[in-house]
Amino acid sequence: MTAPAPEKTGSTETVTTPEAPWVTIVWNDPVNLMSYVTLVFQKLLGHPRPKAEALMLDVHHKGRATVSSGPREKMEADVAKLQAAGLWATMAKDS
Amino acid sequence: MRPFHRRFGKYSASFEPAEATLIADLVDQVRQLLAGRRAEAPSDPLAQLTGMTMGPASKPQDPAVARLLPDFHAQDEQLSSGLRVLHEPELIATKDAAAVALLDTLPRGGGPVRLDDDAAAAWSAALNDVRLALGVRLQITEDDSPPPGVDDPDSPQAAMYATYRWLSAVQDSLVSAMLDA
Repeated sequence: MTAPAPEKTGSTETVTTPEAPWVTIVWNDPVNLMSYVTLVFQKLLGHPRPKAEALMLDVHHKGRATVSSGPREKMEADVAKLQAAGLWATMAKDS
Repeated sequence: MRPFHRRFGKYSASFEPAEATLIADLVDQVRQLLAGRRAEAPSDPLAQLTGMTMGPASKPQDPAVARLLPDFHAQDEQLSSGLRVLHEPELIATKDAAAVALLDTLPRGGGPVRLDDDAAAAWSAALNDVRLALGVRLQITEDDSPPPGVDDPDSPQAAMYATYRWLSAVQDSLVSAMLDA
């Protein structure tokens, strides 16, 4: 079911709230190897080695890390890639 | 087993016959778990007509399969459900392709393995899926504490845990070589 877009009325309220970006979160996991998580961050997200290692250590020590941010569709794709590789990844609206 | 190392641009290792059989069996079991999940997808004639495959809306009942195919959002169940319908078939296909690529490059009678970059990536992911499934079955929860039931060396849990740790060493040797490449 769909509906035509409502006619624009001469509203005085022209507040444009910029769409809050989304983030991809990777959660700590007792099985995934630290070396493997680093490799996945490098290969699938394109992070350079130092950044990939820092994010991996964040996941390990803090329980989670935000590994990418951007539009919702991009984060959906990132989560799918990371889950395909076996990482425990979710997306969330950045607040 | 001779662990993986990088040599002449390839990732080389060697497995005993029993080790190769063990890896093949475990990878095949993960394929069966994924195939069982794939069979739960709704069969929608219209979707088939348009070439779109839709996954089930609810998360897998089997905790091992649920770990292989997690929710997309930690709290929003409705969003997770919608994204599962959309993405799960491709996730299963990607995991299955990695498993098949591993099986295609594993000599069943044991012996040397030589992997190019793509095959190495497939091996690292497929071995990881096996370890994730074993980790759930073993109830591994803490990073360094042994799981329940492995104290008795004759128990199935102890054997499974030994396999799990051996696979961890195999995967780590491959991943370390890939990181150094």
